[in-house]
Amino acid sequence: MAQIFHKSFNSLSKISIVGGALVALTAVGYAALLFNRSPYVTQQGVVREQPVPFSHDHHVAGLGIDCRFCHTTVEVSAKAGIPPTKTCMGCHSQVWKDAEILEPVRESFREDKSIEWLRVHDLPDFVYFDHSIHIKKGVGCESCHGRVDRMPLMLRENTLNMEWCLECHRDPIKNLRPREAVYEMDWTTQFFEKTRAASLDANGHPQKNDLEIQRELEALQQNLAREYGVHTQVNCSICHR
Amino acid sequence: MKPILHSRLSQALVLASALVFTTACRQDMHDQPKYKADGASAFFADGRNNRKAVPNTVARGHLNEDDHLYRGRIDGKFAETYPFEITAEILQRGRARYAIYCQPCHSPQGDGNGVIVQRGMKRPPSYHIERLQQSPPGYFFDVLTNGFGAMYDYADRINVEDRWAITAYVQTLQLSQNTKASDLTPEERAKLTAATKPK
Repeated sequence: MAQIFHKSFNSLSKISIVGGALVALTAVGYAALLFNRSPYVTQQGVVREQPVPFSHDHHVAGLGIDCRFCHTTVEVSAKAGIPPTKTCMGCHSQVWKDAEILEPVRESFREDKSIEWLRVHDLPDFVYFDHSIHIKKGVGCESCHGRVDRMPLMLRENTLNMEWCLECHRDPIKNLRPREAVYEMDWTTQFFEKTRAASLDANGHPQKNDLEIQRELEALQQNLAREYGVHTQVNCSICHR
Repeated sequence: MKPILHSRLSQALVLASALVFTTACRQDMHDQPKYKADGASAFFADGRNNRKAVPNTVARGHLNEDDHLYRGRIDGKFAETYPFEITAEILQRGRARYAIYCQPCHSPQGDGNGVIVQRGMKRPPSYHIERLQQSPPGYFFDVLTNGFGAMYDYADRINVEDRWAITAYVQTLQLSQNTKASDLTPEERAKLTAATKPK
């Protein structure tokens, strides 16, 4: 009786066993990588339920309150600072003073008990992040925290993974803006609109196209990098001590 | 032929794949048992990491004896002068700080019709009324430091130098809203005309 399988199938079967194991291993590894970057692990885009449903959308976009009205230490310290209840009550002793939704705030003030806000941006304890230096170097709040003025409930815009930090630390220039614009939201769009508006001729036609404005923006960022002394920062001990 | 698991390569592969199960899920280094600002404490009765100074203690170097600088008073009366020279730079600083902390209620012009007032906050007096026009710098510094009426104090949010800078800017606002165009120099008037000309 003729053999069904050719002799070479002996090698093929061995190779397929080893190869199959390799493929399976790679798949498991890749799945682990994906899992580690999934919102389930990074909490990116996940809203955490807070004691009071505070809306940045309302306070920032609606009322035009500056970030520093509440986050008072962001310019001078590592921590931006979570406002004490007194800051809330500065307005809410008068505005919406009987609203049921604000009862935890009034209770906190009456009884001198902290409101237990849940931290949304939490870095591992072996990372020594400092807000003040990023602000001094002209990195906007928006670059890491996203469009906070469009967040009715606070969420983490970015993964806060190390690879995400390094993306900017390797090439920080693209995230620079003038210091006075650090707290602006949607600054790049504003820059485009302003530059376009400034280039209108007598007939109201803009004399600069988007590519030219983009080049102007990049030139500005190059200048800012020189003026503020911004360099690539990838030494381990920049963030880890 | 040997059974498959007896080959060295296969054994190595099986061991290597077992490594997947050794990756740790422990977060000890991520969540170290140390106190960070504004965190929760299981140790202190009020549940806070942040500790207040013991009552009646003074941090070294913070005796703040200078009544003029720290309380806006000279011999118990509101100071008529500033404790340091007000430069253009300080005025700019005052303007920026005013925009953060005061403008929501007091409005950019200082007339007391800010956006929070429009939402139901008690309306503060305009800076341009007779009484406030006559008030010395020490008075504004005192209001910032100790609060007034519905306004809470800002002593814990704005440092002493910035409170004086804001005071200077408020007095500048008063000047700006109560100056006649005829009092300006011709150059300043030309600037004003250019700035207010409809486009």
